[in-house]
Amino acid sequence: MITLHPLRWGKTYESMEMNDVVHFDTGEPIAKFGMVGGGIVTRDLKQAHKAREALLKYSTDDLIGMCKEAAVLFESADLTVGDSTQSVEDFVHQQSASTGLPEHMCRSNLKKNSFVLAHMDEILQCLTRGLDLSILSKGFGEEGRNVIVSYQCQTPILGAILPNNSPGVHTLWLPAIPLQVGLALKPGSQEPWTPYRMVSAFIQAGVPAEAFGLYPGGHDAGGAIMTSSPRSMIFGSAQTVAQHAGNPRVQAHGPGFSKILIGDDVVDDWENYLDVMVESVLSNSGRSCINCSGIWASRHTREIAQAIAEKIGPVDVKPPADPDAALAAFTVKAMATGTYAMVESDLAESGVTDMTAQFGEKLIEREHCAYLRPMVVHADSPDRAVAAKEYMFPFVSVVECPQAEMLRRIGPTLVGTVLTSDASFIDQAGRCVEIDRVNIGPIPTNRLNWLQPHEGNIIDFLFRSRAYQIADMPVPAGA
Amino acid sequence: MSSAETEMSAEVAARASEALDRLNEHTLKTVHWHFSEDTGSPFWLTKKAELNFDPLTDVKSFDDLKKFPHFEDEWLRGGPIDRWVPKGHAGKPVYVFETGGTTGIPKSRMVIEDHWKDYELFSDTLPDEHFPRGSNWLMLGPSGPRRLRLAVEHLAQHRGGICFCIDLDPRWVVKLIKKGWMEHLEEYKKHCIDQAVTVLTADHDIKCMFATPKLLEGLGQALEDRGTSLQEIGIKGIFSGGTEFTPQWTRFCVEEMLGGPVEEGGIYMTPTYGNTLMGLACSKPVTAADNYKISYYAPQPRAVTEVVQFEDYNQVVGYGETGRVKLYTLTDEFFVPGFMERDEGEREAPFETYPWDGVSGVRPFHELASATTVGVY
Repeated sequence: MITLHPLRWGKTYESMEMNDVVHFDTGEPIAKFGMVGGGIVTRDLKQAHKAREALLKYSTDDLIGMCKEAAVLFESADLTVGDSTQSVEDFVHQQSASTGLPEHMCRSNLKKNSFVLAHMDEILQCLTRGLDLSILSKGFGEEGRNVIVSYQCQTPILGAILPNNSPGVHTLWLPAIPLQVGLALKPGSQEPWTPYRMVSAFIQAGVPAEAFGLYPGGHDAGGAIMTSSPRSMIFGSAQTVAQHAGNPRVQAHGPGFSKILIGDDVVDDWENYLDVMVESVLSNSGRSCINCSGIWASRHTREIAQAIAEKIGPVDVKPPADPDAALAAFTVKAMATGTYAMVESDLAESGVTDMTAQFGEKLIEREHCAYLRPMVVHADSPDRAVAAKEYMFPFVSVVECPQAEMLRRIGPTLVGTVLTSDASFIDQAGRCVEIDRVNIGPIPTNRLNWLQPHEGNIIDFLFRSRAYQIADMPVPAGA
Repeated sequence: MSSAETEMSAEVAARASEALDRLNEHTLKTVHWHFSEDTGSPFWLTKKAELNFDPLTDVKSFDDLKKFPHFEDEWLRGGPIDRWVPKGHAGKPVYVFETGGTTGIPKSRMVIEDHWKDYELFSDTLPDEHFPRGSNWLMLGPSGPRRLRLAVEHLAQHRGGICFCIDLDPRWVVKLIKKGWMEHLEEYKKHCIDQAVTVLTADHDIKCMFATPKLLEGLGQALEDRGTSLQEIGIKGIFSGGTEFTPQWTRFCVEEMLGGPVEEGGIYMTPTYGNTLMGLACSKPVTAADNYKISYYAPQPRAVTEVVQFEDYNQVVGYGETGRVKLYTLTDEFFVPGFMERDEGEREAPFETYPWDGVSGVRPFHELASATTVGVY
């Protein structure tokens, strides 16, 4: 059994408190990891400046080169992870076994993380709008207009409280390393795999080990990271996001409430977009914030809901190694039963119809885990509570709403795919502050373009642009 | 018989046997006090009528306490508090100490002098070298309706010192955690720590202290932020307690905060485990060589802890085996014949200093753990 120990600025710490990572279906331990308390984290983070100093010894170009090498290692090499050597297949099995994600989804997330590392130069170009990266290292520089620009790094390290079951989101903290910002990560208790493997790949690629802190632990450890890091990100529920709203030190990532809006000019041809809608709802078992949770149109909504239901309603539980497995398990059974209870409450409201009712039981309970099979519900108005819901399984509300009211009523939307050729609607969607990432045209909500600055731009989060003036010093008399 | 039992030396076995004789004798005396019409409490005298045995004639040893039904913590919620006061102590000043109470009615326990006696006994276990008599103390923890402040203060006074107190309201802390107001939580903790730093740096000659693990950690960090340390400001002895006092935490505290074991860092730290019902259990000396294992021993015969089977709370587990912690309080103020604690742990064998059973690895009982807010202080 693999043992993962905390990493304190590159040094392994053998904790005396070990927790098991268990197989989601059998309950058998598959790994154990050492825990640390908040005291150790707080103590280490007092030395966070050393992590940045270690990275500043390398140029951003050097570090980008290391990222590219880490991409190859992460995606294809046998790496030392904890006290064991981990092959790619080991990684996929382990991640699937603890998170409940089908193995092909684990592979897909592995490639996604690797892609970001491999294209780090292009991604940073996009994130910085082409800024000479040495300006970020040095703090100021000449951008080409005969004016000094200055970006001041706000923190020596980025703290991150990582999620349990969404390996795709690790892409968000990867740019910290080439930006010469260290990492203090609290791995999720069921998904320690990506951060451990990623850090191993980074170190093997030449990134100084002193840049990394890995702190598995309880809320105490997470709280210490957030308290002691000038900048940290956290992944959690809408409640978590609300808790950190307006806090410049914290970037909170929660449910996305991503949506597809169908304009009146194309809604009569909705069948042309059925595949886009199905992919947006079903990909990654509906678990991502970029999965579509709402499809809004002014008419044909019942037919749209019915058509999606017929595509995804029959999807059933398959073994994790099955390449056609489309559903991830809820590794904590109570989360599935609790979620289903909320869905049943949504369905009790007048004007809400379960369009997948004919496809059998939705809650599938196993001894150690549970599954929720896909659901499509129809809401005859945005007033229905379900129109603003998002759940951790393939679940979508198809909402009937006049186009003129849509942008006013959709609420927070991480990814908004707007299906229309109506120039006015496109303009309005572009101006709608509720939508973070706008897709105009048939782009599934789950298809991110990593070469676009994306939500929660890490440059804006880690650096502050400011004025910086330089004048020649007068030469002392007699010099 | 487990290996621990077979390895127990003849001397320890003899002392354990003597201790059991004392416990049996003390049990008889205590039961007679609480169930006699002229000395017992209204609660137990009423309860006596519901029992299917007569405590005055059928309890002949400690083991006979298993005839009682388990003590229900609900009995401690709500009044009248007077029903717990033994007639034999009528007219004496009575304290009320509470536990819980974030929601609903807290559990209350009446006390006359037990909290003083508990801490006087505990005082005997403290080495004078590290808890110098006559030196002043800091109590950094919950006061309010809890007994801790008065008890630590008495300990300081009993040892010839004066106690400075900083209050922390754990009920407010639990509310902050449940509301997710973590910034407020940090600020509140900082508010408490700031007061402690102020007292410690105001020339009060404080050498000893009680602090909860979290507050001790925070205090150590705050002092370091100010360029000093617990050692530098003169602290020589610390006692702390609770289920957060784990081997891992102790290791962190000793190795990284206190500058090493007492011979190197100069600060003696001892864990304790206790509550309003039992009093204070002391710890076997904690050493790196023993992987910072923490074993608690109740102040027998005034209180007893057992580690019992999860399936049968009347059966103790073997030495080294895991079970739920069951406690008994046997004082002339309060009688608890078997209370199921919210903790579990491993049964420890008697040793020279405490020749009776102990418990190690204390942690929240696994069936209740998810519903417990730990790390409060």
